Amino acid sequence: MKAALNGIRVIDFGHVMAGPWCTMQLASLGAEVIKIETRARPDEQRAQHGKGAVANLEANSNFFEINLGKKSVSLNLTTEEGRALAKQLVATADIVLENMRPGVMAKLGLDYVELVKVKPDLIMLSLSGFGATGKLRRYAAYNPCFTSVGGTSHLTGYAEKKPNTMTNSGGDARAGTAAVFAAMVALKFRQETGKGQYIDSSSSEVINSMIGDQMMDYAMNGRSPHRHGNSHPTMAPHNVYRCSGEDEWLSIAVGNEQEWQGLVAALGHPAWAADFRTAPIRKAREAELDALIAAWCVDKSYVEAMHLLQAQGVAATPCFKAGDLFNDPHVLARGQVQEVDHPVLGCRKTITSPYRLSQTPTAIRGTAPILGQDTDEVFTSLLGMDGQELERLKAAKVVY
Amino acid sequence: MDRLKARVIELADFVAGPYCGKLLADFGADVIKIEKPGRGDDARYIGPFKDDVPNPEASGTFLYLNTNKRSVELDIETPEGKAAFIELIKTADVLIEDKMPGTLAKLGLGYEDLAKVNPRLVVTSITPFGQVGPYKDYKAYHLNLYHASGQGYLLPMWAINLDVPPCQGPGYLGLFDGGMAGATATLAALFWRDGGLNGASGTGQHVDVSIQHAMMTLERSQLRRFTDEGVNPNRTGKGRLLESLVECKGGEFAVVILSSQQQWEGLWRAMGCPEWGAQPPFDTQKGRSDNYAELRKRLNEWSRTVTQDELFHAIQKEGSAAAPILTAEGVFKLEQFRERGHFVTIEHPVAGALEYIAQPTRPSNVNLPPKRPAPLLGQHTREILAELEMVP
Repeated sequence: MKAALNGIRVIDFGHVMAGPWCTMQLASLGAEVIKIETRARPDEQRAQHGKGAVANLEANSNFFEINLGKKSVSLNLTTEEGRALAKQLVATADIVLENMRPGVMAKLGLDYVELVKVKPDLIMLSLSGFGATGKLRRYAAYNPCFTSVGGTSHLTGYAEKKPNTMTNSGGDARAGTAAVFAAMVALKFRQETGKGQYIDSSSSEVINSMIGDQMMDYAMNGRSPHRHGNSHPTMAPHNVYRCSGEDEWLSIAVGNEQEWQGLVAALGHPAWAADFRTAPIRKAREAELDALIAAWCVDKSYVEAMHLLQAQGVAATPCFKAGDLFNDPHVLARGQVQEVDHPVLGCRKTITSPYRLSQTPTAIRGTAPILGQDTDEVFTSLLGMDGQELERLKAAKVVY
Repeated sequence: MDRLKARVIELADFVAGPYCGKLLADFGADVIKIEKPGRGDDARYIGPFKDDVPNPEASGTFLYLNTNKRSVELDIETPEGKAAFIELIKTADVLIEDKMPGTLAKLGLGYEDLAKVNPRLVVTSITPFGQVGPYKDYKAYHLNLYHASGQGYLLPMWAINLDVPPCQGPGYLGLFDGGMAGATATLAALFWRDGGLNGASGTGQHVDVSIQHAMMTLERSQLRRFTDEGVNPNRTGKGRLLESLVECKGGEFAVVILSSQQQWEGLWRAMGCPEWGAQPPFDTQKGRSDNYAELRKRLNEWSRTVTQDELFHAIQKEGSAAAPILTAEGVFKLEQFRERGHFVTIEHPVAGALEYIAQPTRPSNVNLPPKRPAPLLGQHTREILAELEMVP
């Protein structure tokens, strides 16, 4: 099958979320991704669960979710030979990704300055919470830290309530997604100029750049915008409404006169509609209007209500739950969900890459790897290592 | 000077498509924005505006999303406009479009039509639900997409109960997600077209991005909990000892991390080693988790005695994670951001000189031309038609 990144090799020193997220998407575009990991200090996503440390490193579904289609090589980077072998692998690769705390790769002798010596046109991506330079470079950051520093937490939630740090993956996921974009920029430049690149990416900056429009009010007027729940500065209705099922909510947004007429038609031309003839009136009497719409929603399922409103050209969607999405006819028709087999977790539904390329389709090219499952193959085929040497390295816990 | 050697035609409004175009323009691609004559991009009307005075040439949202682009006023529904559009397409590498599926085909400008004119063209379509599937014609604003993607149902995280309605995310974040997916796939398509790794030449192709899918993918780590447990994760985060929002002196907020014993110990030292923190039940993860409400109360008693900034540095100095919840003002005042070049000043003929959030991807070996402001409506119409030898 044709794939956009056929032949591109990625050496992945990523761990936890943002890094592995990036390389998984590169794998879906066709790159060969070799994850370097060690039993001596397993990827937190293998070893930790919400409830604490896990017994089986191969049974973590969160690891599965962000490591699909990769190879795994076990290599202990605390050993000198381990580091030398990592360097040899990098020499065969196009891209290196890492998201260790800034300074760690340098300590290992595996920073860009060292790696570019063995691969002059290397593309290297370093991801961290605050970036690899500046006074805060060593500061620890998990997802809620960069959604907070990145300005999104302050803008999420209801106006009268406290700010919200969002869910525990959105920030990592976006940092990882921006890194895929960065890798593509670098590959395109390399194709044009032959030059490699080093990219030092700050997750906080990435998140903030995705609300850069919201920052303009400060740039222009010295004002900081505030969170506003589901509402919109001018549109009404623009809210969620409770439907008949358990915790079912329908989102409705009306942006122009035609959509308002559509809403009125879908609701069966109620007499009260005449009281809300213009957009400014609807906005001024929004609470009243919301109550009337809520009364219409209350005895309908949210899927039924979506179809009735969309049939009249009104933007209305259920507030889908995870279970809805894995069974939704549209999601399934587009192949947004796929079953993938895993030796420990069994056959699971998971979500595919969000772009359909007509000539070079993305694909989940394999399940999440068992720790070290590709060690022999990679060292044999890429480094020409023989069986005896491999056994020695395993015994010395270099390959571990 | 380096730049992405690509000409991009952007037939898109508001946020998702224009952000896709901006991501390419930020690296020097020649992005030509097609705007409706006399009106232009919808983002020109959304603001924010200086002193709240509406001006379609100075809407903050438009200015941010359209830096480094050129603007041509063209109505593709008129014969002249369509002819000019096709001439442009012949010179282009990419078309970014956000029309509802089938709209361009009806005008004879669908992917198949354009591929005949220019087989090397990459067409990137970015719409709420994509080009195929039962909801492809369904409308959705940012609010609707947030809720349709599975992300809205999980917000506001830490809701006290399910009577708190689910909530959209900040700004137009979901539309940015769509644009990011579009730009990434566009570059992948160009990379392959131009020979990929081995120089074997490919063709153009059609890239179909569903914003709903892009957002759903981003929430995979939470959505998978349904596959694990058969239960829908929701917005109440009760009993999960991961982090806590705390209020600081002066009413500002911060977040502290509670996910491990090690994180706790740093936080505890930053608080000045209070006795209660070393005694049961607060001396273990389990004890803190079981007494989470009381723990939060005690954390807040301390946090209200320090400023947001003091809390941030005190905890980080002890090796644990914490962060200030920044407003826009806080963002602009954060020295770390300034030191790293997170802001760029751009002079615009109407809006004047303003500080913009810079492109956060900054490759080391690329020397990009200086940033240009967002275009005035139709600012480059004559220039571009002259390039096509179609001067009116």
